[in-house]
Amino acid sequence: MNKPFAVLPLNDSVCQPPTATQLVVDRGFRGLCYFGVFLILLLVVALVVEIGGKAVPGMQKYGTGFIAGTVWDPNQLQYGILPAIWGTLYSSLLALLIGGFFGVMMAIFLTQDFLPPRLAALFRTIIELLAAIPSVVYGLWGIFVVIPAIRPLADWLHQTLGWLPFFKSSLSGPGLLPAALVLAIMILPTIAAVSQDALRAVPLKTKQAAYGMGATHWEAILKVMLPTAATGIFGALVLGLGRALGETMALAMLVGNSNQISLSLFSPANTLAALLALNFPEAGPAEVEVLMYASLVLMLITLVVNLVGSSIMMMSQRGAK
Amino acid sequence: MKRIMFAVTCAAALTLSSSALAQERIRLIGSGASFPAPLYLAWFKDLGKKNPNLTVDYQSKGSGAGVQDFLNRTVDFAASDSAMSKEDMAKVPEGVQLLPMTAGEIVLAYNLPGNPKGVRLPREVYSNIFLGKITRWNDARITAANPAVSLPDLPITVVVRADSSGTTAVFSKHLAAINDAFRKTLGEGNTVNWPASDKFIKSPKNDGVTATVRQTPGAIGYIEYAFAKLAKVEYALLQNKAGQYVAAGSGGETLAGFKLPQDMIAWLPDPDGAKAYPITSYTWMIFRKNNADPKKAQAMREMVEYGLTQGQKMADAMGYIPLPTTVVDQVRTAAASIK
Repeated sequence: MNKPFAVLPLNDSVCQPPTATQLVVDRGFRGLCYFGVFLILLLVVALVVEIGGKAVPGMQKYGTGFIAGTVWDPNQLQYGILPAIWGTLYSSLLALLIGGFFGVMMAIFLTQDFLPPRLAALFRTIIELLAAIPSVVYGLWGIFVVIPAIRPLADWLHQTLGWLPFFKSSLSGPGLLPAALVLAIMILPTIAAVSQDALRAVPLKTKQAAYGMGATHWEAILKVMLPTAATGIFGALVLGLGRALGETMALAMLVGNSNQISLSLFSPANTLAALLALNFPEAGPAEVEVLMYASLVLMLITLVVNLVGSSIMMMSQRGAK
Repeated sequence: MKRIMFAVTCAAALTLSSSALAQERIRLIGSGASFPAPLYLAWFKDLGKKNPNLTVDYQSKGSGAGVQDFLNRTVDFAASDSAMSKEDMAKVPEGVQLLPMTAGEIVLAYNLPGNPKGVRLPREVYSNIFLGKITRWNDARITAANPAVSLPDLPITVVVRADSSGTTAVFSKHLAAINDAFRKTLGEGNTVNWPASDKFIKSPKNDGVTATVRQTPGAIGYIEYAFAKLAKVEYALLQNKAGQYVAAGSGGETLAGFKLPQDMIAWLPDPDGAKAYPITSYTWMIFRKNNADPKKAQAMREMVEYGLTQGQKMADAMGYIPLPTTVVDQVRTAAASIK
């Protein structure tokens, strides 16, 4: 009796069983989707296998000392990426703090009826345009605009608050702060766009109900809209952090590429992506191994960040329900 | 890499189709050093005008990358500031011919308030700056050499190359030759493990170092003379072996009367001569000795001959050092072995 599409005895029903073509299209489309998903998985696996395979000789030679080492000297065959890991995390988190704050503020400003809809649409487009600017242009802008602009403030902070570890060294030029500022602007469009979608996805009824209970505009935003959209906004932040971790060219130009582990915002630092980009083009076979090892570490960091992000998101979802 | 392969197949297809048309169109592809790239590109453009049947494409991607391409057989010739290692040469069964095509100087560009011109740097001073041992502009050893210039109480920010580069190789070779401590602690090579200090900043490529020096008060960095000339930055007068302070751009004197060894690889880590500029180096083109296609070999020899005659005249104007006549003759003789 396994005939799900058997014709029912009632002939005048508007319900009709699917025709043969419909069935074929449906099955075909489903197959295509599975195939697509399979391809994506295959791509990720191929990527990991390829990079991992090339990294194995480097891993055998340098082991965990590679991750804990602080010297990168191809002449002495000494390789260590701890400063680069530190710089990657520090600059990305700093960028997330700045970019995240402004990105979410923008999303609120543009979705919560502060502006006439047309003007809001215009602003949205302008922010999305930021995403279209090439990385190298951001880098140049950072060197020629951001660094001279923050220099007076940085010098003042160093002179008056130099005892704080954050302002310990004076700003020479490229360094962590200019890199993080430019990075913040680069991840801003991602965060703003995804947060806007999250805020707009909150049902109108929820908002109306808040107003109906006598909430003010700000109470409605802070106590109803933001918590309801929290999952989406959090997703936006994770996406932004992911982008910040992998950003390369602008950072290679702005971060100073110096193997320093320092809390100071004005000290030059290094990041994994910049290290890879700057050393790959001229790397010999021996150096490629360690660079592959470094890219594996970068992939791992990104993976961990994403996993932590999505698990926090799931926990908060459960809490909300 | 794919793009290069594509270019190669395109080039092969082009040469095939054009030879079928009984018109001898030859296309040579090269890649490598970025320092002589402006000069080479000017040469090849002019050469293409003079000889429409010969096209030379050159990709400036760095000395090491050029040698890699040469070993992977994706290019007809390579260019390198750091010549080619014996191990790499052994990997080419057809034999390798290196030819010095021009020479260049490395300057120490600086950025000081008030833009004082021609700051003089004694040998032990600039080598110690790059060792991280002299850290302020008003250090007694700098002011003693510059009585006429008022040097500010600023920290010296040292800007070095972040990527592996022939420029670093030449510069570190020189520093290692004049400063024992530098040779022992940092050594020489395409990349150098510069002292760990928050006043050492690494920037990518010649342009990156130039931009960072220009934006950072108190900065000093090493760049190719041709770039310094283009970017109009101030650069220091350096003390040479004879004790004289010399500005870059007087390179002809440095190389005069110089003879190359059999393999055409000669370094001038610390040239003699009262007027010699201390940081000078040749830059090479790398060819295979036995090319499968005699027409290509012919084209390569033609290209070299152009570079040795017309090309040398352009070199001076663009901030490179023209080869002395003794060297030109030697290179011409050696070029005959490209077959």
